[in-house]
Order: sequence, then C-alpha cells, then structure tokens
Amino acid sequence: MSSPIIQIENLSIHFSGNPILKNLNIDIEEGAYVSIIGPNGAGKTTLIKCLAGIYRDWNGSIHIVGQNSKKLSSKETARLQSYVPQAEGRSNPLTVEELVATGRYPHLSAFTSMKKEDFDAVDAALNQTGIATFRKRRLNSLSGGERQMAFIAAALAQDTQILLLDEPSTFLDYKHQAEVSGILRKACREQGKTIIAVHHDINMAAACSSKVIALKEGEVIFTGTPAEATETQTLNQIYDTSFISSPSPAHPLPLIITGGSNT
Amino acid sequence: MRVPIKLLILLTIALATLALAPLLGMEFIPFNATGQEKEILTSIRLPRVCCAFAAGAMLALSGMAFQALFRNPLATPFTLGVSSGAALGAALFIRLGIAFTILGISATSIAAFIGALLSILLVYGLTRLKGGFSTPTLLLSGIAISFFFSSLILFIQYLSGLTQSFQIVHWMMGTLSTADFSKLWNLLPFLISGGLILSMLSRELNLFMIGEDMAISRGVNTGLVKKLIFLAASLMVGGVVAICGPIGFIGMMAPHICRLIFGADHRFLMPATFLFGGIFLTICDTLTRVLSGLTSGAELPVGVLTALLGGPFFIILLLNRKGSLDL
Repeated sequence: MSSPIIQIENLSIHFSGNPILKNLNIDIEEGAYVSIIGPNGAGKTTLIKCLAGIYRDWNGSIHIVGQNSKKLSSKETARLQSYVPQAEGRSNPLTVEELVATGRYPHLSAFTSMKKEDFDAVDAALNQTGIATFRKRRLNSLSGGERQMAFIAAALAQDTQILLLDEPSTFLDYKHQAEVSGILRKACREQGKTIIAVHHDINMAAACSSKVIALKEGEVIFTGTPAEATETQTLNQIYDTSFISSPSPAHPLPLIITGGSNT
Repeated sequence: MRVPIKLLILLTIALATLALAPLLGMEFIPFNATGQEKEILTSIRLPRVCCAFAAGAMLALSGMAFQALFRNPLATPFTLGVSSGAALGAALFIRLGIAFTILGISATSIAAFIGALLSILLVYGLTRLKGGFSTPTLLLSGIAISFFFSSLILFIQYLSGLTQSFQIVHWMMGTLSTADFSKLWNLLPFLISGGLILSMLSRELNLFMIGEDMAISRGVNTGLVKKLIFLAASLMVGGVVAICGPIGFIGMMAPHICRLIFGADHRFLMPATFLFGGIFLTICDTLTRVLSGLTSGAELPVGVLTALLGGPFFIILLLNRKGSLDL
C-alpha cells in the first residue's frame, strides 16, 4: 500500500495555555475525500489551519506528500495544497476574476506576470464552478453562495493535489450546497484530488466522503466509513445529543435527523 | 470602459495639472513669461507644484497600503499614529536644532522616517501583544498613540522660543509654502524607494485584502511582506511629514475614490492612487495660492483645505459603511 499523502503524528496545539488539539494521529490516503465532523469547539477549524500552514506553533509532525511541512516554504506548501476559508466575512471589492487569479500566486515569481497557462487555469476554474458568467462582478455585490463558489474556484485555479475546505457548504442555500458538493466530488473522482473538508451537516459529510473523522475536545474520537459514521449511537457519542436514522429512498446511506432530547 | 484606458485618462489629467498649476497663483503668469516672472515660474512655482504632486502621491500610496494590509477603510497614516510619529521625530529635530544632511537629505527627514517607522511598529506590536490581532484594537491604539505623540509635540512647542514655536505650529498645519528644489530633492528619494517597494507587492496586497490567512495559504511570506509594507509606508509618510507637515485625509480619501473608479486590483489601483493623490494635493495647493491672491492675505496652509474637503468625505464614507467601500 502506498504511503499516505498527509500524515499527521502527535499534532498538538494550544492557545494561551488551552489545549485545542491533543496528540492527533491521522493518515489521509491519496484521492480520498475526508470529512471532518464534530461539535463546535472540537478543533476542526484549528486542524485545517494547522494543515494549511496558517498556524505554525504546533508540536508533532505533519508530512505532506512525504515532506515535512515545517521544512516547506509557504510557496512550496501552496503548490501542494489550497485552502478555502469559512464563508462569512469574506466580502471585498475585488472582482471574481481577480480573486480567482490570486490562486496562481504560488506559481508566479516576483518578476513574472501571468502567462497563458495561468489564464487558462483561471478560465478552467471559472468554468468548472459555473461562475464564468459573472467573472467581472465584484465580490461584495454577490450572494454568499456565489462568493463561496468564487473562493472554491480560486482554490481550484491554484491547481494543487490537496484541497482543504473549512465548512464549504455552511450558510449556503440548497442549490449552492448541491453545487458545491457536486464540484468537490467531481474534483475528487475525475481529477484525483485529495479533499479534506470540515462539514457541519452530517448528511452532506456522509454523502460526499470516503472517510469520516470525528473530533471532540481536540481528540479524534471516531474514524470510519460514512456508513459507520451515520450509526445513531456513534453520532450520539460525538455530539451528545440523540439522532434518528431514517432509510433514504435515494441513497444507500440513511438520512440523519436530530432527535431532540437525549433519551 | 476598460481600466487601462481610465488610467491613461488619469495620466493625461495629471500631466495637464502639472503643466497648468505653476501658471496659477497670486497672479497668473503665462508660459512665455520673461525676466522676473520667468524666475518665479521656474524656481518658485515649479518646484512647489512638483513637491505637492509628490507629497500627495506618497500620502495616498501609504494610505492604500495600510488599508489593504489591515483590511480596513479607516486605516491611514493618521489613524495609525504614523503621521504623528513622523511629526514628533521631525519636531524633536527642529527643537534640538540639529541640522546635517546625508547626500542632500536633511536630518529632519530621516528623523521623521524613524518616527514613522517606530510608531507603526509600536501600534502593531501593541495590537499583537493583546493576543491575536483585531482591527478595532489596532485603530484604537493608533489613535491613542496619535494623541500621545501630538501632546508631546505640543510639549516641545511649549518649551520652544517664539520663532521655533511658530515654525512648529505652521508646519503642523501642513503646508507647502516653503517648498523649493532642495525640498523636492528631499522628497524624491523617499518617493522612489517607498514606491518601488510597494510596486513589487501588488499581488501580495491583493491577497492581504482577502485576508492574512488566505495570503499565507497562497504562499505569501506574510512576515516579510508586512515588514516591507511598514518600511515603504514609513519612508513615504516620514518623507512627506518632514517637508510639509502632517497633511491629512489624502491617505484615506484617494485610495477609496480610486477603488470605486479603477477597481481594487492593486496592479491598477496603485498607479491610479499615485496619480490621484498627486493631482488632488496639487489642486488643493494651487487653490491656496489663488485664494491668497484673491484675499491678499497670508497663505492658507494646504492641510486646512484637504481637511475641509476631507471632513465631509469622511462622513459620507461612514454613512456608506455597508456599501461598496467595504474592504
């Protein structure tokens, strides 16, 4: 078996004395779609930011494509993986096209301008996400869903093996949720990208992913397949609330609804 | 209209302003003037107009850099305490009467640059110290430091004799009335060095505007780039403040207006802001000269005029906070 594309060993981080992640050990295989779930404050966003190189004061080791991530420069890291942040508060006056073009940053040197291959990558990302029609519009004139598509397009234009996404579908309407999950699954299946996404919606997580990891209080408390993750007992343990599982008419996996009080 | 064409139009306006502004003043002097009038045109008005253009451009560029770096429309050399830091450095040197030059650059300019650099580092350091980074803390500590430094300047003035005290007050209001070729020679190195640094960073400024975490994840060496931006902005603010005093509002206003007209991509925004800031201060300065001709009174410090125009603009900006001016 090939070695994992991301290998996290004993990852710990604390903010002003409070441990946020405690000795995480996670292996992620190439081409996998891994969903990270867990209650608020479990450390999901922190984990993604450690991987993306935004937090650097962690202990332990992270290997990306076999290389020690602390020894990679920020540009080298950015050529291996791209990051899509949480959607809120991301308004700014750049146009969609300008935002997507920032995805080419790690491929350019300080003295060169965008070449044909860079413009092609931007066009491809805009088409792949279906937002080419409003490429000239400013981000602050878009809806939250459209803006999220633009950020995903920028990450795709970065042309990396690994995509890190922090709640890519939270706050989006159903249409955009479906579009986002469609784009991500396609990128995983057809382009062989490895996707690591924090998901709030357990049904979304289960439907998209090949592997689910649950964090709670900074520790991995569950790793398994979507089928295992959607067992109500497991979910009960992760979220401390009860769930009802109902067979889905369309999918092999059941639909999960919260079941109110924990009885 | 495409942005490069808009830029070309702005460039034309800038050249026209530079060509016409020297002709205007207390009295109109035509191009083909001779004798004493020619002397006034070439050795008094021309360097002054060039100084005004350079100073306006530098203040506007530093405001643009701060706004992108801190993702805040209110981040300017003034609100971050950089202007008053520079002013304090310069005032100290005027008071101490230290006068030496390095390659024609006066000690006051260097002191102002150091003052500017120290205050931005202080403000930024204070904000970081509080754990994490928040823009309200940044602006509040900037304003607090600005007031503190201004008080120190008043204190220096209090300790000074009448002549020096008047010199400091007049200069603190922001004026170009003493501008000449040697002043221009003192501005240019700061404009060129600061401008060159910033012009290399347009992609990084775009990414900072999206967010520092995004800049990191796209591979920007954020620590280094931040230091370079601080350096460039301090060079420009210090350079201007030493010569012209703290002239307000251009640093806030010019980048905003340009962002509305030319878009937010710094590859275009930067030259636009440079030209717009230059044009704006040149026009304001020309107005003060024309006004003093009409009233035959003393010259109005140009800082008064930019603030008079900038004040209402500031209000409009606040009222439109939810609109497209958001960073």
